[in-house]
Amino acid sequence: MTTITQGHAAQDHAHDSHGPARGLSRWLFTTNHKDIGTLYLLFALVMLFVGGGMALVIRAELFQPGLQFVNPEFFNQMTTMHALIMVFGMIMPAFVGFANWMIPMMIGAPDMALPRLNNWSFWILPFAGTILLSTLFMDGGGPAAGWTLYPPLVLQSGNSLAFAIFAVHLLGMSSILGAINIIVTVMNMRAPGMTLLKMPMFVWTWLITAYLLILVMPVLAGGVTMLLTDRFFGTSFFQAAGGGDPVLFQHIFWFFGHPEVYIIILPSFGIISQIIPTFSRKPLFGYSSMVYATAGIAFLSCIVWAHHMFTVGMPLAGQMFFMMSTMLIAIPTAVKVFNWTATMWRGSLSFETPMLFAIAFLFLFSIGGFSGVMMAIAPVDFQYHDTYFIVAHFHYVLVPGALFAAIGGAYFWLPKWTGHMYDETLGKIHFWLSAVGVNLTFFPQHFLGLAGMPRRIPDYATQFADWNAVSSVGAFLFGFSQLMFVYIVVKCIRGGKQATAQVWDNPEGLEWTVPSPAPYHTFDEAPLIK
Amino acid sequence: MSSAARSNRQLVTRLVIMATCMFGFGFLLVPIYDVMCEITGIGGRTSDTVAVIPAGMQADTGRTITVEFVAVVNEQAPWEFRPAVTSMEIHPGQLYDTTFYARNLANRELVGQAIPSVAPGTAAKHFQKTECFCFTAQKFLALEGRDMGVQFMVDPKLPGYVDRITLSYTFFVQRQQTSQPAVVASTI
Repeated sequence: MTTITQGHAAQDHAHDSHGPARGLSRWLFTTNHKDIGTLYLLFALVMLFVGGGMALVIRAELFQPGLQFVNPEFFNQMTTMHALIMVFGMIMPAFVGFANWMIPMMIGAPDMALPRLNNWSFWILPFAGTILLSTLFMDGGGPAAGWTLYPPLVLQSGNSLAFAIFAVHLLGMSSILGAINIIVTVMNMRAPGMTLLKMPMFVWTWLITAYLLILVMPVLAGGVTMLLTDRFFGTSFFQAAGGGDPVLFQHIFWFFGHPEVYIIILPSFGIISQIIPTFSRKPLFGYSSMVYATAGIAFLSCIVWAHHMFTVGMPLAGQMFFMMSTMLIAIPTAVKVFNWTATMWRGSLSFETPMLFAIAFLFLFSIGGFSGVMMAIAPVDFQYHDTYFIVAHFHYVLVPGALFAAIGGAYFWLPKWTGHMYDETLGKIHFWLSAVGVNLTFFPQHFLGLAGMPRRIPDYATQFADWNAVSSVGAFLFGFSQLMFVYIVVKCIRGGKQATAQVWDNPEGLEWTVPSPAPYHTFDEAPLIK
Repeated sequence: MSSAARSNRQLVTRLVIMATCMFGFGFLLVPIYDVMCEITGIGGRTSDTVAVIPAGMQADTGRTITVEFVAVVNEQAPWEFRPAVTSMEIHPGQLYDTTFYARNLANRELVGQAIPSVAPGTAAKHFQKTECFCFTAQKFLALEGRDMGVQFMVDPKLPGYVDRITLSYTFFVQRQQTSQPAVVASTI
């Protein structure tokens, strides 16, 4: 392996002219997977604060009963936009960023298979994000009917709906292109000797995620196109007046929406599967069962969508089917959780910041998983539906789940990207503030939901006041501690202790065989895999 | 073309075809859903044609079912719309009449169309209407109001666990006369 490393260092000096261009054009025209990965990650970081700002508007309003800061229309725009931005603008681009940076380095490829397409799929994003955000400044405001865009309510939106739908189209197109690129890279560009079942887990989870994206994003595109023609061109797909059915949209939306949940969480599983073995100093326990569990989850995710709509009036047989198949997902998910636990079992553990985030992921994601199983039970779901219980549930899987995995992954690979170690003390403080903040924010929402507080309402009965105040305090703590993350990242980019090629204690994977920071071009000659 | 470029191109083509097919599948869900609803009665759709009552239908006087009536106006359309009675106790297999009152609150002529829906969905195909103002469009002069009749029967084959049925009508302004529901958003 060392010979490969030296070969690269030498090559780098010989090809200085192939280094990055200078100035803005480097970022505009780049086809380099590392540059594009960086762009994706920075875009996601910006969007984290845009969407997070909206969340804080929501929590500020909900700090006390009554209306204090914003009017109900704007509150509804905030809940809708917060979700759209966080799902399509933040967490998905973040994981595509990780894929761009890490997949070629993990499989020993010089770049992504389709580098120009890669550039394009990133540069669609800022435009889509701008269009989406611009709706807030239009007549009648942005979309306010919830991110699920249910008709008939959403069809009563103003003309800004057209812009929101176009933005969703663009965001979907960007992720489909990204997915195509990832599949082609993984299938065609692995180094000789790297069979499918030798690929790192992160690559595996992304391969499966990319297929899911291609399966369901076009269905969403079709669904929102129907909304568009219903609202502006007089069709009646979802208008009861013309013989349509609003419930049809819910089926189309959740046919996309449920796999989307796993599109977000599977790459997180991949990152966690890289971090835990490294800091346990043991190989991942049950590698092949992890692969099959991932594939199993992906398959099941496509047949369970109607558990989001138990309350629309489904026949008993339908409820039974969706209830049972949903609960079935707990099995492959448990396989994963137990495998991670078994990886740590009798490992030589150390608790650097990435490992702290990974362990928090394990605990808190499991809480979100359990509340998910509760809601899979159809008769019980009737009570939880559209309450803060569901809000608590999906935030537990998305924030200390997906977001913690992304932040943990960032700490894990930052030294490889920048060549410097991040500030470990600050990283640990950031972790503890985040962990306390996130639980303070979302755990009380379970109680609120069970007590019957509905979601997406700017005001509430006084009986809910105490836990809402706690939740808001937690949200501000969590939100502002993320500024610390920005500070740590900036500090790490600017300098710090020089990172070695391995960075951590004997980690597994090709990315640790190239120097830190990773040279602009890696693996021009494919490494040999034993 | 090198073999790597060729296999890339093949795979990309396949993936693009896959994505295009899935886009089409989204639209295919529309007829699939219609057929599913037709077969199973989910969605609470009732027939929009005149039901024919078979001769010699016996009323099942041993069984009493509550039928509730709901009237809804959508998208802030200028209607007053309400049922004459909000519920009736009925026996399966017997014909009943009731009325709904609608009034045009606009200062111009409007054509309305009522869309029925029955809950629970499993009762929908057993709820038969022999006469209904929802079968045709209803023309109203400016500020005109009138009662509109419904004649219905519940099939004795209605599953035993159903003891309460809700018949809901949503009254729409017929499309040709609507202006786009333009700035309703600002009042959501």
